[in-house]
Amino acid sequence: MLRRPVRNWASIWKRPVRLINCQKKTGMARQLHARRLEGVDKNIWVEFTQLTADYKAVNVGQGFPDFSPPSFIQEAFCSAITGGASMHQYTRGFGHPALVKILAKFFGRIVGRDIDPMEDFQITVGAYQALFCTFQALIDEGDEVIIVEPFFDCYQPMVKMAGGTPLLLVCQKSTGPALSSADWVLSPEELASNLNPRTKAIVINTPNNPLGKVYQRDELQMIADFCIKHDIICISDEVYEWLTYDGAQHIKIASLPGMWERTVTIGSAGKSFSATGWKVGWAMGPGNIIKHLKTIHQNSVYHCATAAQREYDTFGTEDSYFKQLPAQLHKKRLRLAECLRSVGLEPVMPQGGYFMITDISSLQVDLNDPSTKDEPYDFRIVKWLIKEKGLATIPVSGFYSPEHRGNVQNYIRFCFVKEDSTLKAAEDIIRQWSVKK
Amino acid sequence: RNSGQHLLCKLTAAASSYKVLFVFTSMASVTHKNAKRIEGLDKNVWITFTSVAADPTIVNLGQGYPDIPPPSYVKEGLVQAVMVDRLNQYTRGFGHPTLVKALSQVYGKVCGRQIDPFKEILVTVGGYGSLFCSIQGLIEEGDEVIIIEPFFDCYVPMVKMAGAKPVFIPLRLKSDRKTDISSADWFLDQDELASKFNSKTKAIIINTPNNPIGKVFTRNELQAIADLCIKHDTLCLSDEVYEWLTYKGHDHVKIATLPGMWDRTITVGSAGKTFSVTGWKLGWSIGPEHLVKHLQTVMQNSLYACPTPLQEAVAQGLLRDYELMGQPDCYFSSLAEELQGKRDRIATILKQAGMNPVIPEGGYFMIADVTALNQHLSHVEDDEPYDYKFIKWMTKEKKLAAIPVTAFCGEESIKHFEKYIRFCFIKQDSTLDAAEAILKNWNKA
Repeated sequence: MLRRPVRNWASIWKRPVRLINCQKKTGMARQLHARRLEGVDKNIWVEFTQLTADYKAVNVGQGFPDFSPPSFIQEAFCSAITGGASMHQYTRGFGHPALVKILAKFFGRIVGRDIDPMEDFQITVGAYQALFCTFQALIDEGDEVIIVEPFFDCYQPMVKMAGGTPLLLVCQKSTGPALSSADWVLSPEELASNLNPRTKAIVINTPNNPLGKVYQRDELQMIADFCIKHDIICISDEVYEWLTYDGAQHIKIASLPGMWERTVTIGSAGKSFSATGWKVGWAMGPGNIIKHLKTIHQNSVYHCATAAQREYDTFGTEDSYFKQLPAQLHKKRLRLAECLRSVGLEPVMPQGGYFMITDISSLQVDLNDPSTKDEPYDFRIVKWLIKEKGLATIPVSGFYSPEHRGNVQNYIRFCFVKEDSTLKAAEDIIRQWSVKK
Repeated sequence: RNSGQHLLCKLTAAASSYKVLFVFTSMASVTHKNAKRIEGLDKNVWITFTSVAADPTIVNLGQGYPDIPPPSYVKEGLVQAVMVDRLNQYTRGFGHPTLVKALSQVYGKVCGRQIDPFKEILVTVGGYGSLFCSIQGLIEEGDEVIIIEPFFDCYVPMVKMAGAKPVFIPLRLKSDRKTDISSADWFLDQDELASKFNSKTKAIIINTPNNPIGKVFTRNELQAIADLCIKHDTLCLSDEVYEWLTYKGHDHVKIATLPGMWDRTITVGSAGKTFSVTGWKLGWSIGPEHLVKHLQTVMQNSLYACPTPLQEAVAQGLLRDYELMGQPDCYFSSLAEELQGKRDRIATILKQAGMNPVIPEGGYFMIADVTALNQHLSHVEDDEPYDYKFIKWMTKEKKLAAIPVTAFCGEESIKHFEKYIRFCFIKQDSTLDAAEAILKNWNKA
């Protein structure tokens, strides 16, 4: 069915591919799929969520909370549902007025400027779609987009699907034991040396998935200087913006001088309110950039507005969910780290976010699964853990390109935004298995 | 900078012609330019006409959504779903298991075949999302896509955004009568249709029941299209969002059920239209695995998943109505019956005003020919089609809003459609009462 063999990094993921002979089965002789899909057909979440479900593993893999969202969230939803006929019909395509107004107020206060609710926002089906709209609207064939590794996996296929070329820059682990996500740094020299006339944008993610790194002001300033000097757009994925620990501060690069006019900031209601299944996100930025995203998209959501209003009103107080949630997660983070250390593993303490990566070099595992023999070591370990131990995690090399994957095959990612009972179940598996060694 | 953009928006809205290419203001720098794929696609008929809707003194039969409430069990289903913690988190990307299984049951029954819920169904953000995933997944530069006029407006920008060329063929009125026209009197010329197919034709998009005319394609008409698809090895994208809304004497036929068509057809459905919850923006694509998998690839690279609680609620609604299929209580048929009354009422009052409505066999729109009113509009802006001018005049002078039908056709066909305006009748009785008051008094100065 494909006109030529597709050779690319994504083919390393060994999801069983059923090669269907198009001619025999369908009677259609022509190529079916559009070429923009080539090389972007594999997906780590599709693969691992299926495996996790098949083996009913304890899920500390995919990034979603398994505890309840705050009750005010569910109440907001219910009151919207019973709130009159218009609540169930189309709203303003670029974002429900009540929602964009509260977001403009909320972020205006944080960023320190007047944000226009109608011009400077595009509400989307999750931050995922905000990223999609951004790339589709701004990236042309041949444009280059700098992606900082490790990266949330969708950035690369999205850039490719838009015809762009991803330019991958690794956040390097500083020498010595890397015990905190702060030990991963982006070098200014490497950033500067990767510039060329086609470089159109850079994608950053802070707090970072999977590392948990929270970029410091000087690091963001370094990136900002680069963007301003070379007239580059910054796409800043800040979905975990409320989840920072140990006094680390989340800083919005769009608030740095000269950056508002060239930054698209991505946010997520799902991550903010522990309701990932709502799939509500946004892209925020200057009207002249956001208007291009609007051309891509039409949407309709309404129930987030009430919840967001409540958070605006309680912002900074003890009642604020944005204070309570990180406090709650801080403990879970410590707990998981302690458990991992107790069995001789080396977790990297994240400064922010939902995730913790762990060096598993000290594990001696007899991997004899022939179906995974050509995969990176961390993929093999993760699959073995799901199938043999009933524990689901995510391999960290999935967040790297193949060229840079070599140094990180010893890390797996845990999500600690889980109920205590889930964390306990995970701990029991880890401890028991270690004892057997 | 902002005021410049606002002025530009006002100017383009005033020009109000989809033919006008949008001219970009110069931006701070060259590299902030948009990607080429969206050039010329930012104009939208709704931007022009929904601002009209904001005025509460205007009776709005333009917007295509219900102002009648959704069935209460659907709303209750959503409340129940939200109270289950797990249903507030991510679900399966290609469709929540409960929903795809329910869809498999309902459509398995309707199509008379086993439909694999995981491989042959994709849940999307409305019918719109299904069209997007299908076109992005299957259409590319160099392809031609046949589109039947008048068409739901998004087909053309989506085909263009995929780099392909839209090829138009109009439905043509063929009737001896001058009045009492039905959507069944509009046909595709078979020779003309055949002439549109060539080796570059990747797909044809059909919409049945059709928006805006309301035509419900007969089995024979669909067979003729199917024969051409098979002969030219073409895909068929069948937009069937109004599938349950057919009126007495007219049956909805799924082209995918015709011999040789399942393997080359994607059928689009909509929860919003099925349950009168357009704001939920949930739809689905159903088809063979070798096509649906490409739509799934687009999905996994664009949205990943649709909202979980909405999917659960739609699943429960479908399961409830599946049990009632064939009975009068089934919402799929009870809504059609309710709308038939509104359809007939609107047709009567339009005739009273001197318009010639085209009675739709399906859907919730009705187009009406305004020629007989002889309304002179030369004083309204010059270079617009007649229907745009008529609507603007009618909105201002009669406080009644509708949509111009030429918004749904290509340039070559303007002359065939510019005497028609589109009314939406899925409205409460009070809205229809207000419209009636205006139309009864039409001829009184």
